[in-house]
Amino acid sequence: MIAGISIYEILTVTSILFFIGVYGFLTRKNLISILMSIELILNASVINFVVINKYLYPDMLQGVIFSIFIIAVAAAETALAVAIIINLYRQIASVEVKDTEIMKY
Amino acid sequence: MNFTYIILIPLIPLAVFFLLGIFNQKIKPAVSGYIGVAGLLTSGILSFYTAYQYFFVHGKVAGVYQTFVQKTTWMNFTDTLAIDMGVLVDPISVMMLIVVSIISLMVHIYSRGYMKGDEGYTKFFAYLGLFSFSIFGLVLATNLFQIYIFWELVGVSSYLLIGYYYTKPSAVSAAKKAFIVTRFADLGFLIGILIIGYYTGTYDFETLNNPEGSAILNWAATSFMGLSALTWALILIFIGGAGKSAMFPLHIWLPDAMEGPTPVSALIHAATMVVAGVYLVARLFPMYYFIEDGFALNIVAYVGAFSSLFAAIIAITQTDIKRVLAFSTMSQLGYMMLALGVSGYEGHDGLGYMASMFHLFTHAMFKALLFLGAGSVIHAVHSNYLKDMGGLRKYMPITNVTFLIAALSIAGFPLTAGFFSKDEILVAAFEHNKLIYGVGVLVAGLTAFYMFRIYFGIFWGKNTQYKHTPHESPLSMTIPLIILAFLSLFSGFIPFSELVTADRIGFEAHLNYPLAAIAVTVGLIGIGLAWVFYKKENDLSDKFANVFGPFYKWAYHKFYFDEIYMFVTKKILFNGIAGNIAKFDKKIVDGTMEGIGNKTVVVSEKIKGMQSGKVQDYAFAFIAGVVVLAMVFIYLWTN
Repeated sequence: MIAGISIYEILTVTSILFFIGVYGFLTRKNLISILMSIELILNASVINFVVINKYLYPDMLQGVIFSIFIIAVAAAETALAVAIIINLYRQIASVEVKDTEIMKY
Repeated sequence: MNFTYIILIPLIPLAVFFLLGIFNQKIKPAVSGYIGVAGLLTSGILSFYTAYQYFFVHGKVAGVYQTFVQKTTWMNFTDTLAIDMGVLVDPISVMMLIVVSIISLMVHIYSRGYMKGDEGYTKFFAYLGLFSFSIFGLVLATNLFQIYIFWELVGVSSYLLIGYYYTKPSAVSAAKKAFIVTRFADLGFLIGILIIGYYTGTYDFETLNNPEGSAILNWAATSFMGLSALTWALILIFIGGAGKSAMFPLHIWLPDAMEGPTPVSALIHAATMVVAGVYLVARLFPMYYFIEDGFALNIVAYVGAFSSLFAAIIAITQTDIKRVLAFSTMSQLGYMMLALGVSGYEGHDGLGYMASMFHLFTHAMFKALLFLGAGSVIHAVHSNYLKDMGGLRKYMPITNVTFLIAALSIAGFPLTAGFFSKDEILVAAFEHNKLIYGVGVLVAGLTAFYMFRIYFGIFWGKNTQYKHTPHESPLSMTIPLIILAFLSLFSGFIPFSELVTADRIGFEAHLNYPLAAIAVTVGLIGIGLAWVFYKKENDLSDKFANVFGPFYKWAYHKFYFDEIYMFVTKKILFNGIAGNIAKFDKKIVDGTMEGIGNKTVVVSEKIKGMQSGKVQDYAFAFIAGVVVLAMVFIYLWTN
C-alpha cells in the first residue's frame, strides 16, 4: 500500500498501460515492436494482480505469487517468439509483419 | 462300432485340392492327374470298406440298420441349441458314399484323357478335389447346419467348374446363372432350417427324424397360415432341394450348366450334386412323412411328377446332345422326387423310398455313362449338335456299345439296371396315386423315345462326311465307359429293398409283372418310334414336328421359361423396382450428402478471403470481439 494513492488511480494507470500495449500491438509494423507491446499488456495485468492483492486482500499472497508465474511465462514466451522471429528472418530476410503473409490460407 | 476313419473319405480329396491348388504351376499336368486319381481311389476303397462293414458286418442290430454318429460340438448357441460337426453313417449315407466315389473316380480317370493338353489341367483336378470333398461332407452331415454348409460348398465348386472355360462369355453367364438360381433357392432352405431350429430346438437329424421324438409328435402345436409351422419349414427346405435338383420352376440353370466340360456335367450335373435335393428329402423323410400326414410330401410328389413330364417333353425337341441329357437328368430327378412323394414308411409301404434311392443309384451309373459317352463323341467330332453327327458307330465301336447299354438302361429295357429301379418306382406310384402313375408311364415312354432319338442320331442316321476322320477315344476314356456300362447292366441285381429302406428293417421286393410289362411295352414303343424316325435319314420326324406346330416350337424353346425369367427379372424387377430404388438412392440419398458437401465448398470459397495471413487483422478481430463482449456483459451486469 502506498500512502495517499488509492486503488482507482493505480488501476487507471494500468488500464492506460494496457491500451497503449493494445494500440502498439495493432499498429506496429515491426515484429519486435509487437513483441514489446505484448510485454506492456502483460505488465499491466501483473501490476493489476499485485495491486488488487495488496489493496483488497492484504493478508493473502496469491496475487503476488501469480504475478511471478506470469513473469516467468512471459520470459519463456518472449524467448520462443524471438526464436521464431530469427528463423523467419533467415527465411525472408525481414522482420516486417507485411512480409509474413505467405502463410495465408 | 468305430467309424472314425470315415472322416478320411472327405479329407483326402480336400488334401488333393490344397496340394494341387497351392502348387498349381509347379506340378506337371500328368502328375496332377495321377494325384487326383490316387486320392479318389483311396477315398473309394475306404467307401467300399465302410459299405462292407456297415451293411454286412456291424450295421444290423436285431434286424434293424442302426445309425452311427461321431460328432463334436462346433458352435454353442444356448444350453440346448448347438451346431455339431461330424459324420453320420446310415444306409443312405453309405449308399451315397459308394455312388459318389465310383462316379468321381471314373470321372477323374476319364478327365485325364478328356482334358489332355488343356491349359488349366491341374486347376481342373484341384476343382474336382474340392467338389468331391464337399459332396462327401454333404452326404455324411449329421445335422441341418452341417449339410447346409456343404450344400453351399458344392454350389461353389459347381460354379467354378461350370465357368471353367472362363474366356467363353456363355460359360461365365451360365456359371453365374447356376449360382444365383440355386442361391435363391437356398434362401428358402436357410429359412426352413431356422424355423426348425426355433420350434424344435435341435438341428440333429437323429433327433428330428425319430418317429417317437418331440419334433414329429408335436407338429400340431404350432400353426401358421393354416398349416403347421414345421410343414412350412419342410416346404421351404424342399425349395432348397428343388433348386439343387433342378425341379420346376427352378430348373433353368441346369441346361445352361452344360457349358462346363463334359466330365463335370457327368459328375456334378448328372450323378451327384443334382441328387443332393433328393438326398435331402430322403434324409428328412420321417419328418416329411409324419408331419401333417405328409402334406409337404404330396407337394414333393406333384412337383416331381410335373418336372419329370415337363423336362421329358423339352428333351425330345433339343438338338444339343448335352442339353437333351440335361433335361433327361431333370426328368429322372423328378422321377426320384415322385417316388419319395408317394412313399409310405413301414415295410412294403416304404417301397417308394427304397425305389427312389435305388433309382438314384442306377441313374447315377447310366447317366454318368451317357454323359461320358457324349463327351467321347464330342471329343471326336468337336461339336455338341446332332446335325454334325451321324454314322459314328463305324468309327467309335466302344462308345457306341456303351452308349447303347446306357440308353437301354435308362429306357427300362428288361434286366438292365434302370428296368428294376423304374419298375419299383412305378409300382409304388401305382399303389398310392394313379394320376402320378400315369405321368410316370408316359415319361417312361418319352424317355425311351428321346434317348434313342439321340442314340440313332449320333451313331446311325445320315452318313456325315467328316473333315477329320473321327477315331475312338484313348484308353483312359474308354475304360471308365466300360466299367460304367458293366454297372449299368448289372447294378439292378443289388437287393436294395433289404439294404436301404425308410424304416431300416428291409423287405422282400418282387417284380410286379403286369406293371413291368406295361412299362416295358411303353418303353419299347418309344424305342420303336425313334427307330422309325431316326434310324435312317428321312423327313418323317420333320413332318411329325409340323403336325404339332406351335407346341413343338414351344417345347423347342423350353416353353419360353428363360424368356419369362428374363422378363420378370429385367423388365419388372430391374426396371420397376430396382431401377426406382437406384434412382432414389442416387438422387435423394446421395444427392443430399453431395449437396451438403458442394455447398460447404462454395461457402468456404467465398469466405476464405477473411483468412488474410495478416497477424494484426486477426488480432484486431479478436480484440474487437473482446471489447464487444465486454460491453455486452457490462450492460447485462449493470441492469
